[in-house]
Amino acid sequence: MLGLNKKDALLFMIVALLVGIAPFLLNPFPEGSSLGQMFNAGYPDLMQRFVIFGILVIGFNILFGLTGYLSFGHAAFLGIGSYSAVWMFKLLGYNIVPAILLSVLVSGVFSLLIGFIALRRTGIYFSILTLAMAQMCFNLAYSVLGNPNSNFNLTNGETGLQVYGNDPQYLMSEGSREIPHLFGLAMRDSYQWEISGWLFTFNTGYYLSGIIMLVAFYLSIRIFRSPFGLMLRAIKSNKQRMNYTGLNARPYALAAFVISGMYAGLAGGLLSSMDPLAGAERMHWTASGEIVIMAILGGVGTLVGPILGSGFIEYFKNILSKINDSLLHQWLSWLPDGLEDGIVWVLHFFVGKGWQLTLGVLFMLVVIFLPGGLVEGGQRVGRLFRRKKGGADGASAKQPAE
Amino acid sequence: MSKTNLTRRGLLKTGAGTGAALAMPTIFSGAAWAASHSGFTNAPGDSSVTLGFNVPQTGPYADEGNDELRAYLLAVEHLNGEGDGGMMSTFTSKSLDGTGILGRKVNYVTGDTQTKSDAARASAKSMIEKDGAIMISGGSSSGVAVAVQGLCQEAGVIFMAGLTHSNDTTGKDKKANGFRHFFNAYMSGAALAPVLEKTYGADRRAYHLTADYTWGWTQEESIVASTEAMGWQTVEKVRTPLAATDFSSYIAPVLNSGADVLVLNHYGGNMVNSLTNAVQFGLRDKQVNGKNFEIVVPLYSELMAKGAGKNIEGVFGSTNWSWKLQDPGTLAFVKSFGTKYGFPPSNAAQTCYAQTMLYADAVNRAGSFNPCAVVEALEGDSSSLPGIDSAANHGFVFDGLGNGQTMYRASDHQCFKDVLVMKGKSNPDNEYDALEIVEVTPVKQVWYEPDHPMFAGGDLGACNPGA
Repeated sequence: MLGLNKKDALLFMIVALLVGIAPFLLNPFPEGSSLGQMFNAGYPDLMQRFVIFGILVIGFNILFGLTGYLSFGHAAFLGIGSYSAVWMFKLLGYNIVPAILLSVLVSGVFSLLIGFIALRRTGIYFSILTLAMAQMCFNLAYSVLGNPNSNFNLTNGETGLQVYGNDPQYLMSEGSREIPHLFGLAMRDSYQWEISGWLFTFNTGYYLSGIIMLVAFYLSIRIFRSPFGLMLRAIKSNKQRMNYTGLNARPYALAAFVISGMYAGLAGGLLSSMDPLAGAERMHWTASGEIVIMAILGGVGTLVGPILGSGFIEYFKNILSKINDSLLHQWLSWLPDGLEDGIVWVLHFFVGKGWQLTLGVLFMLVVIFLPGGLVEGGQRVGRLFRRKKGGADGASAKQPAE
Repeated sequence: MSKTNLTRRGLLKTGAGTGAALAMPTIFSGAAWAASHSGFTNAPGDSSVTLGFNVPQTGPYADEGNDELRAYLLAVEHLNGEGDGGMMSTFTSKSLDGTGILGRKVNYVTGDTQTKSDAARASAKSMIEKDGAIMISGGSSSGVAVAVQGLCQEAGVIFMAGLTHSNDTTGKDKKANGFRHFFNAYMSGAALAPVLEKTYGADRRAYHLTADYTWGWTQEESIVASTEAMGWQTVEKVRTPLAATDFSSYIAPVLNSGADVLVLNHYGGNMVNSLTNAVQFGLRDKQVNGKNFEIVVPLYSELMAKGAGKNIEGVFGSTNWSWKLQDPGTLAFVKSFGTKYGFPPSNAAQTCYAQTMLYADAVNRAGSFNPCAVVEALEGDSSSLPGIDSAANHGFVFDGLGNGQTMYRASDHQCFKDVLVMKGKSNPDNEYDALEIVEVTPVKQVWYEPDHPMFAGGDLGACNPGA
């Protein structure tokens, strides 16, 4: 189907299905219950983040997973895409089509420039070069090009670039919507379905990003299975041998770098389309590090790993950081008093502002016990079910403590 | 299928909302809103209402953020009739009676802004979309406050700014759904300049170190303007990144610049570090141009004073409020805060407590949670502050929240009240006693017109009740 083999087609169908029914999957607890208040993730902003960061990491995986070049500056392209999109909103109007096109284009140009320089080196030197380039972009956006009092204010500094009432918006006509939209279909609009205590939200922006992610995912499968993808893998396994056979590896690596930069730009453009403000922090080196962690957590070089990894991290980032002590007390109120206070005291360090600690622990567990990432975890579980004869008891003992 | 359904519904909702907003003449008194308990974002149910407190719990402003959070929790307690009621008894508007807001129990959700605009917006969005928050409050960084205020305007909820001192929050970035109780950089400059002139003379050369974001820029602009007006010269203005923790490389050039005053436009952890670096370099023992070298920190807080310890001795700055004031509101608030937490509140805590009370009171007076009704109630009945002759002098006037007589100005949603000039104390009794009040600058002296050049360029727009 569509040039995919049977296995890939099945994988693609599963991902498409998951994207479609995510509003149900992410809201497993009734609205208003304390479990729902803590763990429900089916609200538009987070669902959009799931798929948008999915796109970003799918793109990153084309570079890192196939060629083995570890870019430590991918967040720069995300930021460049975001700024381009907001500038389109400021100059042309709130339709997201020109915004997304420009963000892909501009980040493509930037990744060509940065890639051309950085790809002269490999290994750790390449990573450091990309890191340095990204930090330069960050500093330019944060300070040099962002002073509102100067004549050339490209990024609006720490406050973030946003649309003001007095911006030109040349394509805006009377009656066009004042929020990002796709030919009148506003990204923020949602349809809410309430059914016996459960509340499911179907958001336009989410589904649009979801469809774009599926397209991006499809392209990535095609690249993985193409002769071009095979070349990229050859770079990863032995670049020197490739050179000796008369092939120049650099154009292939550069192409992969630009493709993944454009994926990042697309994600940035979508991020701005969902919320028309672009901040410099999304270009910071910690943001680049997060992309690397997402890829490793999900499973580098696998097709579906990036989506899992980005979803995993975004979930913990947004859900854990909002749990506070009073919620914990509510949740554990059925325990005896002393025990309840004790458990809340311990959990206190892992939720709220301590969410990074939890994430760190989980990341270590995954890297130590599942070097292949979450995908490997899935494969192990799958293998368990396939060979039933082994018995449940012996096999379950091998499960890592997650 | 679901697509067409969704657009039509969205359009209908927005259309109905806008229609209702337009049809409603703004002169309606609060009672008119009482009938409408729907037609706006996150209309609360009959039993409870959710407020969102979005403060930095990590990053350079984490101390301030955590103190703000304490004040919010105290305010929620008092609104729900627990504790001793705090400033509810001294507040001149008497609509609050400890039964929550409009008879609904007050619940709250918290979030971590990480002192980053992006993270703050994500956190505020999840409060609005997931938790159904009807009002967002918080701050501690003006960049964040401006970003979240914009989001609240788009989403149709009220934003009650916490600690944000930039002129832009109620200047070029002002929004109809946003309100600020805290004072601003212009007021700091206007209050500080006369005291500085009296103490250090009119012939000084100032060197500015400035946190590189909206607050730093506007404060630098304000202080430069008011000190140059009295004869000071500005030698150099240097920007430092917000995330910086070591300022030695910025302090060293100060020595050779010929400046005799260092102005630190830093706040929170930044200020603690830069001041400590400056003192370590021996700046304060230096003689330049035949005068003692001096340091000025235009925006002070008790938490910074505590962090900087002995280094702040004799350093001038300004604050919004101090727990040492002796009016009944301050006494009541310090008592209930002290009873609950065991130490006095900072001025960030006071502004957040006051903002929560002001919001609750405005909803009660309006008789509705509809953001447009709340905006109307906070813009007041065109009463004015005595002694100020200005066309813009009208809004909601109140007293008893610790700052004396205060007015929410209708034209830009900025509070006008007295400003305190503070000085680092030489022999503090304890770590909370590090600052002393030098002068209470009357509101008349810090007054400005809404179209003042430092605030121009913004547009309040119309209130947005959302869908």
